[in-house]
Amino acid sequence: MTAAPTQARRRQDMTLPLLLLAAVTSLVLIISQHGDVLARLGGLGTFLGNPLVRAVVLSLFLANLLFAYRWRTQPWAKVLVGAACLLLVLPWAGRDNTSLFDTAIQIGIFAALALGLNIVVGLAGLLDLGYVAFFAVGAYMWGIFGSGQIATILKYYGEHAGATNAGTLVIGLLLTVITAASMLFIRRAGKGRAPSRASSISFGLASFGLVAGLTLTGRALLVLNAAKAQGLATGLDAGFFWLFLALSIFAAAVMGVLIGLPVLRLKGDYLAIITLGLGEVIRVLANNLTLYTNGSQGTPPIKSASVPWLDALAGRLGFSPDQYPLFFLYFLVLIIISLIILVNIRLDRSRIGRAWIAIRDDEVAAQAMGIPLMRTKLIAFATGASFAGIMGMIFAAKQAATITPESFVLNQSIGVLSMVILGGMGSIPGVILGAAVVTLLNLSILPSLGEATANMNIPQQVNPAQLQRLVFGVILVVAMLFRPEGLLPNQRQAMQLHEGEDDNAPAVDSIEADSGQDAHAEMASPGLAGREDDERTGGVK
Amino acid sequence: MKKFGLTAMMLAGALALGNASAATVIKIATLSPLSGGQSDLGTQIKNGAQLAVNEYKAQFAKLGFDLQLVGYDDQADPATGTASARKIAADKSILAVVGTLNSGVAIPSSAALQPSHVAMVSPANTANQVTDRGLSNMNRIVARDDAQGPAGANFIMSNLKAKKVYIINDKTAYGEGLAKEVEKALKAKNVQVVAYEGTEEKNDFSSIIAKIQLQKPDAVYFGGIYNQAGVFIKQLRDKGLDTPVIGGDGFDSAELATIAGAGANNIYFTTVAAPIDALPAAKIFAGNYQKAFKKPAQGFGAFGYDAGKVVVQGVLAAIKNNGNKLPTRVQVENAIRKGAFSGLLSGSVTFNSVGDRKAAKMYVMNVQGGKYKLATTVNVSAPRN
Amino acid sequence: MDLSTLAPFLVNVVVGGLVLGFVYAIIALGYTMVYGVLQLINFAHSEVFVTGAIVGYEVFRVLEPSPMNGYLKLIIALIAAMIVSGGLNVLIERLAYRPLRNAPKLVPLITAIGVSLILQDLLKIIEGLQGRFDLTYTLPQGFSNKFCATGSSCAAFGDTLRRIGVDLQVKDIILVVVALLSLAVLNYLVNHTRLGRAIRAVAQDRVTAGLMGIDSNRMISATFLIGGALGGVSGVLFGMKFGTVNAYSGFDPGIIAFTAAVLGGIGSIPGAVLGGLLLGVIQNLIGVTNVLGSITGIANLAAIDASYQRIGAFIVLVLILIFKPTGLLGKSNTEKV
Repeated sequence: MTAAPTQARRRQDMTLPLLLLAAVTSLVLIISQHGDVLARLGGLGTFLGNPLVRAVVLSLFLANLLFAYRWRTQPWAKVLVGAACLLLVLPWAGRDNTSLFDTAIQIGIFAALALGLNIVVGLAGLLDLGYVAFFAVGAYMWGIFGSGQIATILKYYGEHAGATNAGTLVIGLLLTVITAASMLFIRRAGKGRAPSRASSISFGLASFGLVAGLTLTGRALLVLNAAKAQGLATGLDAGFFWLFLALSIFAAAVMGVLIGLPVLRLKGDYLAIITLGLGEVIRVLANNLTLYTNGSQGTPPIKSASVPWLDALAGRLGFSPDQYPLFFLYFLVLIIISLIILVNIRLDRSRIGRAWIAIRDDEVAAQAMGIPLMRTKLIAFATGASFAGIMGMIFAAKQAATITPESFVLNQSIGVLSMVILGGMGSIPGVILGAAVVTLLNLSILPSLGEATANMNIPQQVNPAQLQRLVFGVILVVAMLFRPEGLLPNQRQAMQLHEGEDDNAPAVDSIEADSGQDAHAEMASPGLAGREDDERTGGVK
Repeated sequence: MKKFGLTAMMLAGALALGNASAATVIKIATLSPLSGGQSDLGTQIKNGAQLAVNEYKAQFAKLGFDLQLVGYDDQADPATGTASARKIAADKSILAVVGTLNSGVAIPSSAALQPSHVAMVSPANTANQVTDRGLSNMNRIVARDDAQGPAGANFIMSNLKAKKVYIINDKTAYGEGLAKEVEKALKAKNVQVVAYEGTEEKNDFSSIIAKIQLQKPDAVYFGGIYNQAGVFIKQLRDKGLDTPVIGGDGFDSAELATIAGAGANNIYFTTVAAPIDALPAAKIFAGNYQKAFKKPAQGFGAFGYDAGKVVVQGVLAAIKNNGNKLPTRVQVENAIRKGAFSGLLSGSVTFNSVGDRKAAKMYVMNVQGGKYKLATTVNVSAPRN
Repeated sequence: MDLSTLAPFLVNVVVGGLVLGFVYAIIALGYTMVYGVLQLINFAHSEVFVTGAIVGYEVFRVLEPSPMNGYLKLIIALIAAMIVSGGLNVLIERLAYRPLRNAPKLVPLITAIGVSLILQDLLKIIEGLQGRFDLTYTLPQGFSNKFCATGSSCAAFGDTLRRIGVDLQVKDIILVVVALLSLAVLNYLVNHTRLGRAIRAVAQDRVTAGLMGIDSNRMISATFLIGGALGGVSGVLFGMKFGTVNAYSGFDPGIIAFTAAVLGGIGSIPGAVLGGLLLGVIQNLIGVTNVLGSITGIANLAAIDASYQRIGAFIVLVLILIFKPTGLLGKSNTEKV
């Protein structure tokens, strides 16, 4: 529904149409969410109140942002439309219908996830089917510390202190520092040379020591703080939210490196299936480590930070107190998403961004040009993971009541992947659009099909409410068949391949842009057996 | 082209809706998984509630209200459930909700509904935490884990006289919560629990069955849903083990016996829904269900019906209290929490201060040779008043 | 616990794992065949396989009242499932993958996911319209009996087997025999016929094979037909073994089977079989680790119960792939530029 505008229209100045469209859709959106006004409008009100119509209005309204981005208009108009839509109209409509906030935050969360996965899959060409694991790490970071779960953990360690005391903490810290230092030393000493067997073994030993040191330190910290369990019955103070925003990024990135280290030497679909497996491992651990996550029963209620002046502002604007957290999170998501987009744009144009693309297109050639394969891939993994980590934390704060492992199933990873591909792999606006389209479909448009037809006389077996997967599947297949390059394909790649041509050329041709990967498919393969595509290359041997 | 299609659909939707707006519309929502792997259970809940709504449609029409049911899909996913809950909150004509299937969805959804005081009556969530939070809008008609678990454990001890029990759960909030309470109750009475383990496996139970063969428990408790438990029981019996298998209300389905096939023996489960033969109303319900949905009625359908009936009777009471005018959500919330509801398949219902069922008769059903019989009844009451 | 009880227990666990492994192996073959020619993870294969299981269910249901020989019923069910699943797989390839032959690799992956979602709901509708969701197999008389039960002519043999822990049912034997037969046929087809040679040529190099006069589209269709037919067979076997299927039950075994294919070296037929058997056994062994832990007195093992079955398999996969990045039987070549 957010199809790109046609060629001809983009040629002219579209300032006026954009402003008009934005004004109209904003007005309709606000009206359609306002029950009292609808009631006074009679037939039109009934029409606008129809769930399906509402969902379409919301989609059209959000499409303004797309048009503002795509159409050729005065720059001020773009900024005006963007700012007005996101900062003014959406919160306004959200006041009457809280679900808009929910949907908008969810779109933001998935946009960040898709941008993160885009780095891993779209830029670096590493197919990751367990991406939701990093989301889970971020979510449980705050889900544990921001809820009463931390008190449960501390209480447990207080009762099972063992021989732990301040000495253990010192030993743990020492071990951590020494092993970390030796790991750095080994890395530095081995720089520029292929790692020898001895160096890899000592590196492995040191990393084992590091894990042991961290475990000891963590345990000692927990035991020594056990007395504080009483005061933490509802979790850490909400002020820690800000610290944990940073920590969740860090934790997810570390997780990315830890998962990446053993698996990133694998290629192609071996990597895909192994990341899928590790994603499941994280979910099953979350389900089984009852002490830390409360397992399938879900964490206790989770806090969210509150900014007093923002709450006051929201109160002044007529929001009800229960909407304050979502109001806050909405703006927080906007800020984070803008930062993530900035980071992405910077990365895209940076040395590391080019290195990723080089690796994706041809690993051997990239290596020959002096790109350190493993490190570059690890950075991609860690960067992608960190986006998921921070959004996981926002998700935990948004869910507020509890988080359970059900939220981190394999289907979520697959969903994010479909956003990236549907939007246009490697293209920043593309994957954001993909995330918005898929999230809108899942949370707004497809459910509204069911709501709108609830009282029609349709046999329940074929009722659209029951067939969301079918409709979503059809949309995926049709979209891919007709726009295999994605809704908003990567402009740079398209341009590189079509120099001198119309730079607004329909991006259908950018199929070739990605043919770097495809080239593998044409290479010799030993019968039905493993293909060289999956071969480990030099440098990491 | 796409846009044209959408416009056409919009028009069609408008036309369909334009005709039906004479009386004031009161909507009851259901929130349950309607698509995906758990859609069968979620649809049963929705269908059951639909029957309750159909039953009271005429009564509401007399008062000048058009009673409707809208099914919302939570896809068994907490985030989707929360989003649907907020949509329900925004639709002012929805006065109450029947839902959900999964506790992991019920907890955040009820929290999202609470500020707008949309009452929720759960047909399936047994996890203690669902009502322990003391939300004003969350109620349930099923027994809590810590009421149902001990009931099952007591039956294992006193009726089956088991000394060694093997406990399995399905690693969901429902199954694990229930199994934990059973374990706790058994251990308190010094019954040996030879194993307590979870499994997400739905097809192959050979490793668990090998362990059961090795450890020879007197009874197996399975905290889970019938379609998983049925497969397990079938494989257990195929190996020649006749050990009794006990479960909770997740077993309450005719499908259990169908799936277990020739092995549908020595199965017991605790439930608040009366056996179909015991109540004339249950027979009528089963007939109506079959007629309306061309499917035999199952346990979750009965629970959905009961929860739907509580909701509808609550709304009706609120209307009457309000002088036959449209009640507010808070009035409905109060009417449900404070009201007394009768004519349900599970007897009559009153809620305590946190929304747990005050006292319920719990039936222990026995499956022998594929037939369901009443084994015994237990009275359970909510831990608080 | 002494050895005389422990040994049969372990044999029992391993044998159970092997039987399960045969089911995984046949499903894995469907993945690996398609991967071999298109380098595509055919996510829709799990639904192709469920389709086979549902066809098998329908055949057994319709034929239930007939006095026909049980094995004949089984053969009819297998053939029907092979035809429907094979045809469906070819159809999927024509509609959803072929138009994307030259698109980036991940695009057909997404259509595969889409097709998988579509098929799940379609199968649900088809059975739902008849008021069914969970489908329970009604097997012919005797299939659920014990293999070599007391009273049968081989009772003594059966007793010996049971004493060492091998406790099988007739349907388990059927499963293994059918699985081995399909393997043999597949092996013949791929390695000893013109068709097989052509398929292998296409898998190796589509362009060159085309220059040699091989119609690569036809060969790809043939591969999907064979893979789908194997999916149908595995569906019926799955339904027979576990008794119940529904429209969504393909997802889990599908993931494991694909893991098995990767473990064995994706694209390799013996690899898929080896991977399937290995995963079946590993899963079962991890499922009983807690008992082994309590017997050997290693307390830490006691926490590893059946809920770790699945991830145990994944961890083994990680370990194996770290040391052998192309899977157990995958060939490693040096990458050419």
